Amino acid sequence: MRQVRFNHLLGLAGVSREVITEILDSAEAFLEVLERPIPRVPSLRGVTVANLFFEPSTRTRISFELAEKRLSADVVNFSSIGSSMSKGETILDTARNIEAMKVDVVVIRHSAQGAPHFLAERINAAVINAGDGTHEHPTQALLDMLTLRHQVGRLEGLKVLILGDILHSRVARSNIWGLRTMGAEVTLCGPATLIPREVESLGVNVTHNLDEALAWCEVVNVLRLQLERQREGLIPSLREYQRSFGLTRERMERAGREIVVMHPGPINRGIEIDSDVADGPYSVILRQVTFGVAVRMAVLYLIAGGERVIE
Amino acid sequence: MNSRSTGVTPPNGWRAFSVKKLAIKGGRIIDPNSGVDKKTDLIIQNGKIKGVGRLPDGWEGELIDAAGWVVCPGLFDMHVHLREPGYEYKETIQTGCIAAAVGGFTGVAPMPNTDPPIDNPGLVRFLRAQATGLPVEVHPIPAVTRGREGKILAELAELHDAGATAFSDDGSPVVSSGLMRRALEYTRMLNAVIIEHCEEPTLTNGGVMHEGRVSAALGLPGWPSIGEEIAVERNLRLVEFTGGRLHIAHVSTAGSVDLIRQAKARGLNVTAEATPHHLTLDCTALESYNPDFKVNPPLRTAEDVEALIEGLTDGTIDAIATDHAPHARDEKEVEFTEAPFGMIGLETALGVLLTRLVAEGRVSLTRMIEALTVAPRRILNLPQAAIEPGRPANLTMFDPDESWTVDRYRLHSRSQNTPYHGWELTGRARGVMGCGLAWLRQD
Repeated sequence: MRQVRFNHLLGLAGVSREVITEILDSAEAFLEVLERPIPRVPSLRGVTVANLFFEPSTRTRISFELAEKRLSADVVNFSSIGSSMSKGETILDTARNIEAMKVDVVVIRHSAQGAPHFLAERINAAVINAGDGTHEHPTQALLDMLTLRHQVGRLEGLKVLILGDILHSRVARSNIWGLRTMGAEVTLCGPATLIPREVESLGVNVTHNLDEALAWCEVVNVLRLQLERQREGLIPSLREYQRSFGLTRERMERAGREIVVMHPGPINRGIEIDSDVADGPYSVILRQVTFGVAVRMAVLYLIAGGERVIE
Repeated sequence: MNSRSTGVTPPNGWRAFSVKKLAIKGGRIIDPNSGVDKKTDLIIQNGKIKGVGRLPDGWEGELIDAAGWVVCPGLFDMHVHLREPGYEYKETIQTGCIAAAVGGFTGVAPMPNTDPPIDNPGLVRFLRAQATGLPVEVHPIPAVTRGREGKILAELAELHDAGATAFSDDGSPVVSSGLMRRALEYTRMLNAVIIEHCEEPTLTNGGVMHEGRVSAALGLPGWPSIGEEIAVERNLRLVEFTGGRLHIAHVSTAGSVDLIRQAKARGLNVTAEATPHHLTLDCTALESYNPDFKVNPPLRTAEDVEALIEGLTDGTIDAIATDHAPHARDEKEVEFTEAPFGMIGLETALGVLLTRLVAEGRVSLTRMIEALTVAPRRILNLPQAAIEPGRPANLTMFDPDESWTVDRYRLHSRSQNTPYHGWELTGRARGVMGCGLAWLRQD
């Protein structure tokens, strides 16, 4: 029986501790389902979910699709890369057309910040943000928090370092909102050109010294560095980035204790993180992927499952 | 096409009156030209003001009961985009002028970012001709540079002979400092003014909103205050160096207000305008990702809004102009980052300013009227619309107490991109007189 209702999941900004806790608790139950010989429950039978992916994605799309199927939803997939301007049909028209086919839930991945908010205001279906440009990626942050709850046992007071290109990271923004709401401490580390101005107003600390940050944290969440940041003039070279901000085995050893290592993927091995670390004993990167399915099942269930009006 | 004598038909709910013999009774006449602020009557004869004072008994002519209304010089919007030629699906001179009249304006100055750009006398005359039969004077602002390309000066002297008194590449800045120097020198010779959109493009490249706390949260590319202030500072230095005359369009930051205040204290020949949206909205409105709030320069912080209001009060900001920038609904109803910049403003300006600035005691009614009438005409070297015997009837009537709700679908602009949709406003135009015509709202 669900306790908390919400109509959309557009981001973690403004989402209460109560709702996040409910999602994580539900996800625990679905983790158990995923361990069964037949990992499927009928919770979303009769519910139709459309996955609208306007940006390339492998793991998030597959993760959502698996979550939907394991809840017995009817699933349709739509992929079309580009914006309203480049495609010749606006996303609003695309979404309205798909909705006209009686879809209950729309999962949207889009390169434009705010695209899910824009649709949520204009269509009747429930909208789940599967990543919008450089804004938010709420289910990623939820799966990160679920992983941490399992790995460390608590979120309250947890010291989390987010490392890398904060400016362009939807994963960072959702993690900041979620972790702060759940009582964790958050420090951001990266080159000054990739940290947004006034980001401290979100309740985080900022440092440019990775060794100091590693000496402080219990968890490091390493972000992917898009290789075009060099061309955009935001960093002098990948080499220099790796030298200052790459998570290497040496740095981990210098910190001298266990630090949980996370990465949302896909990984640029040898740039933001060394293979030694990504595949090392403290890495939970693949567990994150497993927990992603459970968290997405929980979000879908809380939005579209439970009691439904039969007409 | 309607002839001058009959005029364009006013929109639904509005009626054209003859200005042959007409009296306006019982209005509060406010004219910053003369400092008059009193309740009295006004007689118009053959399109001119015949007298100001008590109406004689037994008046036989058209009578407008203006009890409770303000009667002031016709409002002039010195910064609008009417999109003709080239983008008639967004707005035309005619639809824009009808929106202007409904909003209480009797004059507008359309910017030249059309297709083709307004950079020759033929296009200036074309724009004026398109307004024939409307109670709104159109005073085009041609481009500073040929084709608005920022490379060489347009034929400014010939344009000046054709009636242009100000030049602007608005929509874009004059990026080259060297070219801006020449433009200020050349127009000094003509006693004309350069109107500049102050933006340093290497700092604003790709930016879609004010850079700061809110952009950090929304993940939207920032258009920082410094991107405007560096351009303002550069242009003020060039004014100092050349002795030219500069008007700064749509000032948006507290830092720019300070720079302009200091420049005026140094005696520089500079004026400035602010828009109703920068005077009333801040960047937290973007948390909705509603593209109707996307504008260039962007909405800033609450502190910037305060500084603009202060600047308007102390005269650092001379004029209020809307930067009316229509875009079709389907262009605006897209992802925030994809949507074009711009908001319409002609029909909401008066109500927004009266509701948010005057009624709340931030700006006096007289100062607001001055910033919409005397200031823009002074900056553009245009004759003042003084309410004095013998002058052409160029005036605006509005009811400062009328409550109404902004409904984008009931505005008269061809476009609906207002940020004020659904706002409850107090204060609304009742009528305008200009160009030998009078329009009044009947409901």
